[in-house]
Amino acid sequence: MSTLTTHKQDVSMVARNLNIYYGDFQAVKDVNLEIKKNKITAIIGPSGCGKSTVLRSFNRMNELVPTARTEGEIIFEGIDIYAPEIDAVEVRSRIGMVFQKPNPFPKSIYENVAWGAKINGFKGDMNELVENSLRRAALWDEVKDKLDQSGLSLSGGQQQRLCIARAIAVKPDLILMDEPASALDPVATLKIEDLMRELSKNYTIIIVTHNMQQAGRASDYTAFFNMNPDRAGYLVEYDETAKLFTNPKEKLTEEYITGRFG
Amino acid sequence: MTREYMDNLLNQLKDDVLILESMVREAVLNGVKALMTGDKKLSKQVIRGDQEINDKRFQIENECLITIATQQPMAGDLRTLASVLEIITELERIGDYAKGIAKITKLTRNQEILPPLENLVPMAEISVDMLQKSVKAFVDGDVEAARVIPDRDDQVDDYFNKIYKGLVKYMVEDPDKIKLANHLQWAAHNIERMADRVTNICERTLFIQTGSIYQIEDFKDLDLDDDEVEIHDIN
Repeated sequence: MSTLTTHKQDVSMVARNLNIYYGDFQAVKDVNLEIKKNKITAIIGPSGCGKSTVLRSFNRMNELVPTARTEGEIIFEGIDIYAPEIDAVEVRSRIGMVFQKPNPFPKSIYENVAWGAKINGFKGDMNELVENSLRRAALWDEVKDKLDQSGLSLSGGQQQRLCIARAIAVKPDLILMDEPASALDPVATLKIEDLMRELSKNYTIIIVTHNMQQAGRASDYTAFFNMNPDRAGYLVEYDETAKLFTNPKEKLTEEYITGRFG
Repeated sequence: MTREYMDNLLNQLKDDVLILESMVREAVLNGVKALMTGDKKLSKQVIRGDQEINDKRFQIENECLITIATQQPMAGDLRTLASVLEIITELERIGDYAKGIAKITKLTRNQEILPPLENLVPMAEISVDMLQKSVKAFVDGDVEAARVIPDRDDQVDDYFNKIYKGLVKYMVEDPDKIKLANHLQWAAHNIERMADRVTNICERTLFIQTGSIYQIEDFKDLDLDDDEVEIHDIN
């Protein structure tokens, strides 16, 4: 992979003039964004503003939608992930994804975690990798005695942490999370948020959330997206979370976060 | 515009702050009046009334905390609530100053008020007017008013210095008057501090409206070589 010379050390990913279409419909318009390394960035905005579409473009998951087309650049660690020579599967191994609904495979807890590494031809100590991943996902103590049980036997919160363990087992640099706690109860939600803080020491995290309090609690930076009248999503404001939630620059952001719009 | 409920809560809080301000304003004017006229009944009324001011302050504080806990305020709403908590603290302390002045009425024990203290009446009138306007500026979100109200603190300081100099003269000339003059000095000091707290209230309005903390320069005319100002500062 060739490295772009403009890459900044504290930046994990840069979106430049990002435009995303589904057929004729423009879903995302002219997004420019710099994601800081080892920080948690939240993407917030009203329904349909393109949050998830943007997130999915960050590891080329959009390509799985037949009509989707992405224009502009997404530079990850200095590399344009949409460059023709770049393999989408490799991109997805470096940039993991955790979904809204926990989706463990109908396999054992152990196999759920080992799966990605196995596919990637991991040659090291698999037991150690599984244990470390489960520890990092704050799940090890709860499952160490039942690793051969089905991942589906776990509670919703545990299943989501299992999916996080599965994502980090392939040693990504960046983890994308699409509403990772929206299907969980408040206790499991706070556990995931604590886990995100812990994980951000080693990984960059981008989280899409509908829950503004969650964005406030769990992120370092927040990007607020809104929808044009033609329904194309665009970036309104991007700043440190503490700043954006106490003193946003844009009136639209103020109206959205104070619940007066949206 | 959604969130009518939140807007109602914030408007109710502003109304409560206005009520608290009117209670404090009345306490200050009555405290000064009681001192100037030796009206012990009125001074007792001010002293007793301080409890009502404290109760009102805690009621507003409680409403703020409930709103923060239940409504998750953000941005301008959050700054307003944080500022209300500050402003009611300032108002309650001004209420304490009024109570302090009322107590001095008791301490002076029917002695004639010394003439320099006549300046206390216009001094208190300016300070009370500043107070009323500062809380109005907060309620109206009036940045321009909040910026200029503290300028009048200079007039308050001038009256303070007149009272101070005049009382010192009495102390020097008649040592029997030292205790009385000292008590009266405290009354003037309380009004002078009150005007400083009005400046803090104005700073909160600027914070709500701009998102930045401003410290209005309250010692802009301070001359460190001037003994009088230095003593005033220590007070």
